[in-house]
Formats: sequence, structure tokens, C-alpha cells
Amino acid sequence: MKFPVSGMSETTLDARNLLCPLPVIRTQNTVEELQQGDTLLVKCTDHGVINDIPAWCRINGHEILSIDEQEYEIVIKLRVGKNS
Amino acid sequence: MTNSINNGKKRKAVALVSGGLDSMLAVRVMQEQGIHVEGINFYTGFCIEGHTQAIRKKDRDKPKRNNALWVAEQLGIKLHIIDVTEDYKNVVINPKHGYGANLNPCLDCKGFMVHEAMEWMTKHDFDFLITGEVIGQRPMSQRKGTMPIVTKESGAGDLLLRPLCAKLLPETLPEREGWVDREQLLGFSGRNRTPQMALAEKYGFKNYAQPAGGCCFLTDASYSKKLADLWKARGEKTYEIDDIVMLKVGRHLRPRPHFKIIIAREEGETNFLRGYRKNYLSMSTISHPGPVSLIDGEPDDDDLELAARLVARFSSGREAELVTVEVMQKNGESRNIDVKPLLADEVPGEWYV
Repeated sequence: MKFPVSGMSETTLDARNLLCPLPVIRTQNTVEELQQGDTLLVKCTDHGVINDIPAWCRINGHEILSIDEQEYEIVIKLRVGKNS
Repeated sequence: MTNSINNGKKRKAVALVSGGLDSMLAVRVMQEQGIHVEGINFYTGFCIEGHTQAIRKKDRDKPKRNNALWVAEQLGIKLHIIDVTEDYKNVVINPKHGYGANLNPCLDCKGFMVHEAMEWMTKHDFDFLITGEVIGQRPMSQRKGTMPIVTKESGAGDLLLRPLCAKLLPETLPEREGWVDREQLLGFSGRNRTPQMALAEKYGFKNYAQPAGGCCFLTDASYSKKLADLWKARGEKTYEIDDIVMLKVGRHLRPRPHFKIIIAREEGETNFLRGYRKNYLSMSTISHPGPVSLIDGEPDDDDLELAARLVARFSSGREAELVTVEVMQKNGESRNIDVKPLLADEVPGEWYV
């Protein structure tokens, strides 16, 4: 898979204390501002994101890199795919 | 044969996707005709989808899914989730067509959503709009008499196609232009779900969401009662997103007209309310295990003592002579007070909102 070599960035989104689908919406809106190949860390407290953000990524062509689930906080890392 | 392809590109429709079966079927009917469909789903703040189940710890192990996302994935379409919480306030507060059985402004809501979808459609260069509406399916927004109101007041006009009942409605532009074949559209009506279930079977749809009284908290009597109480206490019909989220969490008791107490019912809610301690005056029992509670309103010192006694009532120190309660201001400053827990018969039923 080809990604731009230069200019890739990692962004962190704080979606803690938001209930689904707001973390998904914030993820969606943040990804719109990113480039293909950029990574995004989403910090959440609603455990619903463990299903919802991966589902949103599958639909929209983005890749989940990791899901770190703690008792009260979940951190999801994704890589932005080709936005069309 | 249809003209679903224009200059080598498929005609494009945006679909209102709620996560239910009807909009799922409507999308597939269009896909069968070669139309490129993308979904749009609006977050109003009152959506039942995925909300309170995320708060309560006891529900955490239950399988959860956002049905709109699930539907989109099954259909292989993109889904755009749009936050309309600000603009939606006017729909809830001033519905032109009034409320249904509770504080549900269904007809205004449908008109609003179709209008918003129209704006999205125009901005993103789509050709027309579809919904999963069925004549006679819902008492307020999906009647033969009210569907033309939605069509007109949303500004959608004949760009709005309802594939599941199109044969019972006047021809729309996509039909007249031959983008879709009217003969392949459907003529469903009424509350009988058998035709939809048969079509779902034909398409191989399984595990779709079962209708359970709608997808909006405003159709719920208990929730509407809490919202009405909020408006009455404030003397005006206003709300912020935190207000309406909070109406879904905890026990709500209003001992006095000018303040109410939100008491967590279990650990998950306690953790959730803890996240709001910068927005509300809060109380927690120190000497005994107990829930976090938030105070909404303008209590004076006497009110705070009453609130503390009530909070103590819901702690494991309810039988104790005295319970120490921490009262925390929004800025984090706190003080402890010792109170005698209220007895069961000192908590009148009418305090419960």
C-alpha cells in the first residue's frame, strides 16, 4: 500500500466523556481534515466505540491499527485511508 | 431499462438511514436499480441508539452495535453521521405541527431531517433523496395526509423518493426522468410488517434491528416527563446537550421546585456523573459507600442539607445515625457535612421525576 512519505502526521482526538455516536462523529470530522496515511489516536470513555469506530472505519476505508481498552478509557489508533 | 447512468457515472441518491429495516430495504431497492447510494444519519441528542447502554456498567457486557453503521456495512454503502443537536433545538422547542403522545415532534422532525439531507445532497452533488417511509406506518409523520407536508416543507419536492410506497404516491423526478423504474418500486402501506419482512428474506437480510417504539427518547413517556419538568423548573423551554444527556442517567428527584438531584444507580453511572463534577455542584458520601450525585439548580444551605440527607438515603449508610457527605463546588472546592439519612417515608413519591 502506498502512502505519502513526507507530511504524515499523528493527531490525538479527545473524545472522553462523550457518548456514542459523538466519538464517531468527532472521529469522522477529524479524519476529514487529515491526509491519507496520517494516523489518529482517539481517546474515549464510552465502551461503545470498540464496535462503532471500527465499523465506521470499515465502511469508509480506514484502518484500525490498535485498540487499547482499559477499565475507564479506550484508546483507538487508526490510519486514514483514501478519502473519496 | 433505466437511465441510472449519466455520462458514464451512476446516478447518486442520499438515503436517510435510521438503522431500522425500512431504510435498509429502501437503499437495497435503489441499489438493485443501479443507483449509487450513500447514507446519512442525524444525531439529534435524543437518539436512543447506543446511549445509555454505554453508561451502565451492568450493560457493558451486552453486545452493542450502532444499527445505522451496521446497516451501512451490510449494504456496502458509506454512512455520514451528522451532528444536528444545535439546529434541532428549534424542532423540539417550537414544533409547528405540535407534539405526539409525548414530547415527540415527529412531523416537524421528519421535515427537518429531509431538509438537512437535501442541503447535504446539493452540497455533495447527489441527484435525489430517498427515505424508508411507508404510508400509514407511523401515526404522525407517515400518513398519507402528512407525507406531502414533509415533501413540501422540507423543500425536497419531487426529488424525494420513497421506494417502499412510491407506487401509491405521485411520480417523482427520478421516476419521470427514468433514473429509476417506477414499476420496480413498491406499494407498501399500513402497520403490517409482513411485506417488509418478506422483502428482507428475499434480500437475505438477517439480524436486522427489530422495531421497538422508535429510535428517539422523545417518544418515551418517562423521558418526556423529565424534559417537561426541566422546562417547568427553568420557566422556559431551553436545553443544552448536557441537560438532555443527563435526563437519561440516574434517578432524578426534585425535593424543591428550584433544584433537583441526579443520583447514580450503579457504578457505571457513578463514573459517568463523576465526569460532570465541573459542570454541577456534586455530592458523595465519605463515611459509607454510595453513589455520586449531581445537583441541578440553585439550592441554598438548607436545601443542601436536605439534598445531603437524600444522598445519604441512597448510600449504604442509610441505617446509620450520621453519614458524612462531601459537597463539592464546580471549582473543586469541597466541604464535608454530617447528616442523618432521610427515612424511606420522608421521601415522597412525588419527588421522583
